Amino acid sequence: MERLTFDLHASSVREINQFLHQAVPEPGADLVTIEHPDGAHNLAVGLNAPWQVRIGGHVGYYAAGMNQEATITIAGNAGTGLAENMMSGRVHVRGFASNSAGASAHGGLLVIDGDAGLRCGISLKGADIVVGGSVGSFSAFMAQAGRMVICGNAGDALGDSLYEAVIYLRGKVASLGADAQEEKMQEADYEAVETLLRAAGSDYRHHDPRQFRRIASARKLYHWNADARHSY
Amino acid sequence: MPPIDPAIPPQEMSASYDPAILSYIQRAAADGLYEIRGLGAKRKIPHFDDLLLLGASMSRYPLEGYREKCATQTILGTRYAKKPIMLDMPITIAGMSFGALSASVKEALGRAASALGTSTTTGDGGMTEEERATSKILVYQCLPSRYGFCPDDLRRADAIEVVIGQGAKPGGGGMLLGQKINPRVAAMRTLPAGIDQRSACRHPDWTGPDDLTIKIQELREITDWEKPIYVKIGASRTYHDVKLAVHAGADVIVLDGMQGGTAATQQVFIEHVGIPTLAALRQAVQALEEMKMKDTVQLVISGGIRTGADVAKALAMGADAVSIGQGVLMAMGCNASTWTTPSGEPVDATGDYQTLGASPGTCHHCHTGHCPVGITTQDDVLEKRLSPSWAAHRVQNYLQTLNMELTTLARACGKNNVHHLEREDLVALTVEAAAMAGVPLAGTDWVPGSSTGR
Repeated sequence: MERLTFDLHASSVREINQFLHQAVPEPGADLVTIEHPDGAHNLAVGLNAPWQVRIGGHVGYYAAGMNQEATITIAGNAGTGLAENMMSGRVHVRGFASNSAGASAHGGLLVIDGDAGLRCGISLKGADIVVGGSVGSFSAFMAQAGRMVICGNAGDALGDSLYEAVIYLRGKVASLGADAQEEKMQEADYEAVETLLRAAGSDYRHHDPRQFRRIASARKLYHWNADARHSY
Repeated sequence: MPPIDPAIPPQEMSASYDPAILSYIQRAAADGLYEIRGLGAKRKIPHFDDLLLLGASMSRYPLEGYREKCATQTILGTRYAKKPIMLDMPITIAGMSFGALSASVKEALGRAASALGTSTTTGDGGMTEEERATSKILVYQCLPSRYGFCPDDLRRADAIEVVIGQGAKPGGGGMLLGQKINPRVAAMRTLPAGIDQRSACRHPDWTGPDDLTIKIQELREITDWEKPIYVKIGASRTYHDVKLAVHAGADVIVLDGMQGGTAATQQVFIEHVGIPTLAALRQAVQALEEMKMKDTVQLVISGGIRTGADVAKALAMGADAVSIGQGVLMAMGCNASTWTTPSGEPVDATGDYQTLGASPGTCHHCHTGHCPVGITTQDDVLEKRLSPSWAAHRVQNYLQTLNMELTTLARACGKNNVHHLEREDLVALTVEAAAMAGVPLAGTDWVPGSSTGR
């Protein structure tokens, strides 16, 4: 298979995205490597075909934004808005992710090997997120659907104003947000955690699903309610 | 009614505690929650009615109203987009959500806009197939909630509008109460049916104008730099917000003044947050002129645009186009006393208004989903009261009337193109309006705040 390599010292983000917005030309010609990203913003955004993209360093804002179908691996760290509004496919960051990773993502799998910053999974709408490290405050804020597996710890206000998304947390939480509560793990939860850890890759196999706790919505803010005025 | 006792003198009402305030206090005391309602601001504030156009006489030469042409073509998005928006008139339809409005209404808006060669806009519920199919030119909103936001729809849109705020509630999020969430609305928003749906007040993946710059680039990258990017601002600190939006890379700025409507928000927001459309427009134009971007970044003004005179005055003040939400809903029968059957028969709706505790002309119950004329509802029975073809025809008539009024006024000012209207063509009736709009008080050359007059 011929391997196509872009070097951001020689090509622009525009040229690379333009190329990746095409359909995959033929089976086996889908692997693209991007070298010297050097923190560039908006890299590999809006992909809509099953490309295999490997980015050889740190990326800036919105890397892999709105991804559909593609598998994107980032060797370094990622800036704000990683894989925001992803619809399908897979995005895997080997380093850390900044704020709002996976924001409003509808589908697919986002894996962050390091820590994630504030608001990871904010407004999540159906995607799965696995974080190898810890997440910052207000993670899963107003998350509507989907699952988050957090292998490390969580900051303040985890799951604030949660809707139907579910969080699985292995470590400690600084505080739960409004309307979030810990619930008893069921067999289906253990299976879900195991499935997601397996999907995240071999680095996650040593985790035991029985070490995780389930955080979900208490559903007390689902209807306008004067008795819950302190939560508004 | 007991007979009036002539021995008792007429009673004086408190100015501070008038019936409206008494009603507010009693309602708050009963419910313990602030009031949520629709329809936008009810109080009278300075508006385009406080300006007048100076028709031509001796110093200007008018055009013949029914013989000479007056161009209305409007182009939006000329700064960066490969495919700017070409409109036949400078009047567009504002973003209103499927969820707040029925699917029939969204379809009707698309049909009317297409018939007139103008655009319509999605809202806080994503893009419906009916809307896309009927709209020749469709602006797709990128909202803080990101309900139903999809890159496929982004690519199917003709322009993208990043919504930062709304005139009725700058700084505030939205609330679609559970009674309006039927299974289709719920599915589009990835939420259970029947629960209250809060829309965030800020975007999930950026926190300020520097981030917005990169976000706009992302939207351009995803759509290969083809589509104009609009940025919609709720009017408050307008001068600075416009400058920041230009700096962030907006092709078009949509500015929504406080007379803008809403389907549901806190009354305290509607009446007490933001600034009037008139004042906001002047500040926006000033910001664009100072940046020397007036002809590069287009300005669309919204928030209480009702008549062709409003449109003409807005254009004269420096807007490139206007956007109308509440007005087109009224054209469809919002607050009318009847709804119309498919065979054209009017049916009395006053009983339904009374059930809501309202009457035709005073209804603001968009948030309840019990709209008597089938506009702001997801109820199957009520929605059927509005025929998309009837409603589209009404909106088409309404906007066409506005466009004719606009050209009539422009010709009277001696213009063969509505975009040639200018501040020179305006005076103000009140000192307040003169100060806000930056035009002279009628009969004087005095512009309040200006040391030189004009």
